[in-house]
Amino acid sequence: MKPGAPPPRRRLPGPARLGVYAFLLCAAAFFLLPLYVMLVTSVKPMEEIRLGNLFALPVAVTIEPWAAAWSDACTGVACEGIRGGFWNSVAIVVPSTILPILFGALNGYTLAFWRPRGSATLFAILMLGAFIPVQVMMFPMVRILAGMGLFSSLPGIVLVHLVFSMPVMTLLFRNYYASIPQELFKAARVDGGGFLRIFVQLMLPMSTPMIIVAAIMQVTGVWNDYILGLVFAGRDNLPMTVQLNNVINTTTGERLYNVNMAATILTSLVPLAVYFVSGRWFVRGIAAGAVKG
Amino acid sequence: MGTKLNAIRRHAVSWTAMLPMAAIVIVAYLGTALWTLRISLSSSRTFPKDDFVGLAQYARLFANDRWMLSLENLALYGVLFIAAALVIGFLLAVFIDQKVAGEGVLRTVFLYPYAMSFVATGLAWQWMLNPEAGIQQAVRRMGYPEFRFDWIVDQDMVMYTIVIATVWQSSGLVMALMLAGLRGIDEEIWKAARIDGIPKWRVYASIVLPMLGPSVATVFMLLATAVVKLFDSVVAMTQGGPGTASEVPTKFIMDHLFGRANIALASAGSIVMLLTVLALVAPILYARSRARRPREAA
Repeated sequence: MKPGAPPPRRRLPGPARLGVYAFLLCAAAFFLLPLYVMLVTSVKPMEEIRLGNLFALPVAVTIEPWAAAWSDACTGVACEGIRGGFWNSVAIVVPSTILPILFGALNGYTLAFWRPRGSATLFAILMLGAFIPVQVMMFPMVRILAGMGLFSSLPGIVLVHLVFSMPVMTLLFRNYYASIPQELFKAARVDGGGFLRIFVQLMLPMSTPMIIVAAIMQVTGVWNDYILGLVFAGRDNLPMTVQLNNVINTTTGERLYNVNMAATILTSLVPLAVYFVSGRWFVRGIAAGAVKG
Repeated sequence: MGTKLNAIRRHAVSWTAMLPMAAIVIVAYLGTALWTLRISLSSSRTFPKDDFVGLAQYARLFANDRWMLSLENLALYGVLFIAAALVIGFLLAVFIDQKVAGEGVLRTVFLYPYAMSFVATGLAWQWMLNPEAGIQQAVRRMGYPEFRFDWIVDQDMVMYTIVIATVWQSSGLVMALMLAGLRGIDEEIWKAARIDGIPKWRVYASIVLPMLGPSVATVFMLLATAVVKLFDSVVAMTQGGPGTASEVPTKFIMDHLFGRANIALASAGSIVMLLTVLALVAPILYARSRARRPREAA
């Protein structure tokens, strides 16, 4: 496929230009289609859905499915909606954002400025660790956490998120601190700054952009996690994604598609809000995590 | 004397700061991988056993129809997913790079699926692809009663539906990274090409694309690791069905770890996955570290 015919002169709204816009608009429509379907389905009564017209706008708009999804959709025996999952996810995401950022910044700071013997090797192994499929680590981690009495608990799932996010968090901050001139660090040393003091009073305040990027990555990543929550969180802490899948893939009887779609949108609301608010920061996080690796 | 003591103390502090990372690297990464390797060489079922059966579990694994099917599925999926995501992502980036109006909106639209979880998008696609309620039914009601689009319940076609859903989700990411690469290319190239009268698409194909090599390698690495990790989307869209037609290795391993209580076989499977990932990623990482060295020396 070639991107239109060669334009003879630039900025002339010829057929090539129209072709560019036609392609982009078609692509945008394809990308928006699922969101559109989810939205219109979630506000239709079941009678309209049974008519089988996926794309039709709702005739009688109802927010009933949203209320049902939030507070009384069924997962197996319990019918309490996915609000429990929402609060579980919040409880998991908050510490799983703060702790990995703190440790990532500390690791990055130590690796970039103090470089204790052997730290470069540890870092190299950690970077390889980023590519290990979680299944390789799963069973031993279940055993280790069980031995520590943390399996199926909130601290357990937070620890698991800390482990799995450490490579990218450390990489982000190490690269960021590596771009700060060493002279600044040396001057702080001359002024008598110790390890912690330089970290807390000099480096952390300078790290705000990276902290924002890292927070965006952690909030969306942890919120969207399914497999770790499924295995490690335990029945009382199941995150929203797991409950969503339970609601939708275990229902018996008629499937309430409007409730299902409302639940799906509710589950996506937090990461989507983060994405729409953060805009280019979101892209920056992807690029920082990927390109410099 | 005092300075020496200070030096020791300084090292002690920075080493203490490294301890959590060292513990995680040694226990959680190296330790668990070795443990899984050890289990894969035993005859463990529900609980780990200390015996040693050599590569018997690996032999059993590759004689297992379900595992072989899941490997075939993953290979088919991987080739199609990476190719489609690369092509679509690159085209989107090139078209957006034509100084179009509304660039910000378009970028937001192309990337938003990537912010959602694979479970949520998988469920949305499951609903759209459902033959009784989704696209097939909608098109039939528009006056084409013969229209058929029931891939998700068709054993031969179901993997393609997972390709569609995940390409939809991931090509925005490719677009974002490629666009960053395109913006980094020297404007002079365009001026020179214009003076020489070279058509724009040829500049993209013959000059720009080769210059994007590092971006493509990065994107390839991201997509390839996503392929090996493929799990959430399958669980949400098909749960491995119809029958076992959309089984993938991660699901095979999870089922044998937790459902079928055959941890040795599951461990063998995960070691095979680990080796696959390393084989894919190691050459790229190696090439990158070699490419970086001279720059750091300079």
